Amino acid sequence: MTAPTHVSKPVATVPPRAAPARIGRLDTVGYLICLGGIVRRELLRFFNQKERFFSALVRPLVWLFIFAAGFRNTLGVSIEPPYQTYVLYEVYVVPGLAVMIQLFNGMQSSLSMVYDREVGSMKVLLTSPYPRWLLLLAKLIAGVAVSIVQAYAFLAVAYFWETDIPPLGYLTALPAFLASGLMLGAIGLFLSSLVRQLENFASVMNFVIFPMFFASSALYPLWRIRESSETLYWICELNPFSHAVQLVRYALYVQFEPVACAVVVGVTLAFFGMAVVAYDPGRGIMARRGGPAGETP
Amino acid sequence: MSAEAALRVEHVGHRFGARAALDDVSLDVGRGRFAALLGPNGAGKTTLFSVITRLYNNQTGRVSIFGHALDREPSRALARLGVVFQARTLDTDLTVEQNLLYHASLHGIARSAGKERVGLLLDRVGLADRRHDKVRTLSGGQSRRIEIARSLIHRPDLLLLDEPTVGLDLESRADIVAIVRALVREEGLSVLWATHIFEEISPEDDAIVLHRGRIVARGRAGDIGAPGEALADAFRRIVSEPGRAAA
Repeated sequence: MTAPTHVSKPVATVPPRAAPARIGRLDTVGYLICLGGIVRRELLRFFNQKERFFSALVRPLVWLFIFAAGFRNTLGVSIEPPYQTYVLYEVYVVPGLAVMIQLFNGMQSSLSMVYDREVGSMKVLLTSPYPRWLLLLAKLIAGVAVSIVQAYAFLAVAYFWETDIPPLGYLTALPAFLASGLMLGAIGLFLSSLVRQLENFASVMNFVIFPMFFASSALYPLWRIRESSETLYWICELNPFSHAVQLVRYALYVQFEPVACAVVVGVTLAFFGMAVVAYDPGRGIMARRGGPAGETP
Repeated sequence: MSAEAALRVEHVGHRFGARAALDDVSLDVGRGRFAALLGPNGAGKTTLFSVITRLYNNQTGRVSIFGHALDREPSRALARLGVVFQARTLDTDLTVEQNLLYHASLHGIARSAGKERVGLLLDRVGLADRRHDKVRTLSGGQSRRIEIARSLIHRPDLLLLDEPTVGLDLESRADIVAIVRALVREEGLSVLWATHIFEEISPEDDAIVLHRGRIVARGRAGDIGAPGEALADAFRRIVSEPGRAAA
């Protein structure tokens, strides 16, 4: 076998290495570099897929411009915190639609995790020397960064639709979007560990996204739901998505909702913990599932 | 077994349900050695690689990389290890450089140092002119060369390659083999190369034959068969012997 000329650079012969000649770092700075790299890759992928960006933007805008406009006269919304006065239905649904973007994005991120597992780039991520929970956290933060870009792009367009959000609200909503994005991403991360193949993902969309979105305070205030069904009201109250929406809704009007915040933080920790267990090589799905073809029963 | 082993696998077993994919597998890859892991499809090569790369827990037995046990010091062990997986794992929507820098960041290498390293490695694999091209524009052989560059970005001392030449034409295969052999010869890299293509193996390489999850032969590739017997013939004979036990 002959070595092709274009690959053989003259390099001095050296003996086998006696000591490691590492250039990467395993400390906190190294981890931050790793985190930055994972977030950067996710953003590059997002901006490379123009259609994903536009569909992420079009979906809530269709709800706002068509659905909300149509229901404007049917669904009057009375005064309730954080609103100081009667608000139009379009104004009411904006926070819910912004968090809906994050819901879709959280599930999209988990879809990409399933895809990454199938094509093998998940293996590449997991061969990084950093602890696995830190890698999953970095992946989660990367997805949240993308979802925040999308949510603010939506708010920028909605701004011209008399959404009535105080300027400071855009700033105070940022930590709320971060928290709600982390929660929805953590749920998606956990779900991604349960789904073995990409094809099974459609059912996750049907069984997770739609019930979470419709049985929540995103489209209608919960007192209105209570008027029609006490059971449904409690389902909506127990739905963590309702709390994410309320957290963002209050924050957009420069207010803080402690119960919503506690629920969002608690659910995030619970689902992230379960995802870490699921991706643990000893205990979770990586050990039991996905054995190579021909080597599994 | 030498205490200086780059990779040491001791009594590793792995089961998927009732079936043992690996059964009491032990092997060493010496420092600066090119070791070929031979086995038919389904022999357990990919499972063994998954255990060594910590994608699967080693259910029984022990794996250590340059003395760092994978279960006790996973970070130190993985930091010394570079991997080329059987499946293509580059992001085709990103450029060559973006892919390599992403991998550099996974090992805590800052962008400036990473860029320098990318330049050196692309020279090494003969693809410096494709640095800013999207991966989807590369041929299969070129993508493989980029994956080899990627696996070397953190300057590992041990390189694992899982059937890296499968599906490539003859010339691309020769390129890949030449690149990796040059790394062993010139930089002292230790290599574990899984394959079932005998032309890729030289008589002086270490060879380990894996069959139905067990090691059935090991030694210098040139000594595996009977005197005068070609490695391919010896391999076929060994794996066809019923109830062949570990050598």
